[in-house]
Amino acid sequence: MALPSYAGPIETSWYYAFRLICACIFIFLITPILIIIPLSFNVEPYFTFTQGMLSFDADAYSLRWYEDFLSNTQWTHSVKNSFIIAIASTILATILGTLAALGLSNSNMPYRSLAMGLLISPMIVPLIISAAGMYFFYSNIGLSQTFLGIILAHTTLGTPFVVITVTATLVGFDHSLTRASANLGANPTTTFFKVMMPLILPGVISGALFAFITSFDEVVVVLFLAGFDQRTIPRQMWSGIREQISPTILAVATILVMISIALLATLELLRRRSERMRGMSPG
Amino acid sequence: MAVDTANNGVVLAADGRPLKESLNRALRKNRMRALMLVAPLLIFVLFAFLIPIIDMTFRSVDNWHVGTLMPKTSAALANWDGKDFPEEPVYAALVADLQAGAKSREIGKVGTRLNYEKSGLRSMITSSARKSKRLKEGPYKAKVMKMHKKWRDLETWHVIKRNAAPYTIGYYLNAMDMKYDKTGEIVMQPENRRIYGKLFGRTFAISMAITIICVVLAYPISYLLATLPLRYSNLLMIFVLLPFWTSLLVRTTAWIAMLQSQGVLNDLFVFFGLVDDANRLQLIHNLTGTIIAMTHILLPFMVLPLYSVMKTIPPTYMRAALSLGANPFVAFVRVYMPQTLSGIGAGSVLVFILSIGYYITPALVGGTGGTLISNQIAYHMQSSLNWGLAGALGAMLLASVLALYFLYNKIVGIDNMRLG
Repeated sequence: MALPSYAGPIETSWYYAFRLICACIFIFLITPILIIIPLSFNVEPYFTFTQGMLSFDADAYSLRWYEDFLSNTQWTHSVKNSFIIAIASTILATILGTLAALGLSNSNMPYRSLAMGLLISPMIVPLIISAAGMYFFYSNIGLSQTFLGIILAHTTLGTPFVVITVTATLVGFDHSLTRASANLGANPTTTFFKVMMPLILPGVISGALFAFITSFDEVVVVLFLAGFDQRTIPRQMWSGIREQISPTILAVATILVMISIALLATLELLRRRSERMRGMSPG
Repeated sequence: MAVDTANNGVVLAADGRPLKESLNRALRKNRMRALMLVAPLLIFVLFAFLIPIIDMTFRSVDNWHVGTLMPKTSAALANWDGKDFPEEPVYAALVADLQAGAKSREIGKVGTRLNYEKSGLRSMITSSARKSKRLKEGPYKAKVMKMHKKWRDLETWHVIKRNAAPYTIGYYLNAMDMKYDKTGEIVMQPENRRIYGKLFGRTFAISMAITIICVVLAYPISYLLATLPLRYSNLLMIFVLLPFWTSLLVRTTAWIAMLQSQGVLNDLFVFFGLVDDANRLQLIHNLTGTIIAMTHILLPFMVLPLYSVMKTIPPTYMRAALSLGANPFVAFVRVYMPQTLSGIGAGSVLVFILSIGYYITPALVGGTGGTLISNQIAYHMQSSLNWGLAGALGAMLLASVLALYFLYNKIVGIDNMRLG
């Protein structure tokens, strides 16, 4: 959208005004996320820049909140819990979701849109309602305040993402490839792992990433279902914000931002790979 | 393949069956296979998600307390006409129930339940249950009347009779700011006790405001992203995707650091002399904080669908309009904007659905003026323990979300949902 050479003064000023507006909106989007990174190195227990920080005094910066994060057993426990819960629920959600997506993309599937609606519902229903429902039901069957309960709950919240991403990949899938594979003597399992899987893998992985981040970032269900032993990072941040606000939260937040940058990069690589693979397959 | 056409004109497959039957069998097998693949997840979601939610909504009508814990009184009151105080058998039944309830220590639940309908009944039930232990023989009517002044109020008996039924709409009435009056008619709560109507109104108004702000902010940047050359737009897309992928609590924390009175934004204002140091702006723990933080969190959900729609609009349309003599503004409004309506619709419904059910951010930065209906549900779940009311409010919220979801499905179709 370069400015054409025939643009008059009104068009030129509007062109730059528009760019300025866009710049402001981008600043609005990114500033809060970037601002916490320098703040997390603050030597004082404040959430704002001190005089020393602004004059780039080395003494005003420190790693004390990172040390606090690593030495505090509550935080280290929560990191461990978060990974246990997120990895377990991601594996479950990916397996169940991928299988379901394979079935859903079959045009002979009966009641397809109804099934799709039911499977997507955990994503639509507000979290507070899901959490409230699970709180009662899981307490009744003895699953509240257990790892299993939270893993199952997070699995349900993660599956819609896997179903959606894998279904989207399967839309472009050329089914004559599986017929060719069967024709050449492969049994369905071999066909699935040798022919289908490599092609739908980007969808499966990005679905798994979504499921992972959903669980890793989830706090409402954890608030209702988790006991003290199952506290996750977001749960710990929640009580950090509500009870004893200390810049340790900013240190944790900075680490989480780094993790999301890594995830974003992974997804981008997957997208490129998927496009390359699409380019290779005929039709 | 041995196809035998001589067989009464029926085409046969290789195994000698008619081709049609063979095809149907193959289709059936195919269908079964698809169903088998979907079944595990469907069963899992049913048990781990749908049944808990149905169970929760059932709580909003469930009314077991009085009928189960005061069975004799409930039965005795069944034939009571409600015009005057009940007869002696009712009092005898009541004393028996109170004595049994005091012994099993369950009677407090009846008190709690009745107190939701009319305040003061909890203490009436608990004190009467304590006193009932001393009552040995009848006639009980006068003794019961003496135990607590509320027994001498005809309305008390109406409340008990009404709640002896196994199901109630009482929680829904409560959630809609209505109640039963003395004679059992449904009326609105007095003006100063109407909270939920206002809260629903506020939730919808805030969500609407956030949706509109999101459209206004998302439109220019989506347009820029859609019209820039790919190598620039991919770079700028990071500004949208990084917030999208960053933890919700991180973003909320960041906004607390930005907005609090000793925070970054207020420091900047003071530094530039926009605000006096003594009266820094109150930007957080109120409505402003909720709207700013939620707009930031939900903006990517508006940009992504809008961008994907704008990406498909050929730039030639605008050029054609301009060359046909429209000025740039008219061309934009009459030619470009109508083509983006589906994107605006999809993004708006998505943002609106997400914001009316939002809990975390309002709870952390909303203070008292910026909380939404979800926060009230959580309050009744965790603090007041009025689970029936939490269920009723939840069911009403769920109904509005589902209605909006059907709208979303009509506009975009769930199959076309794109992520990331």
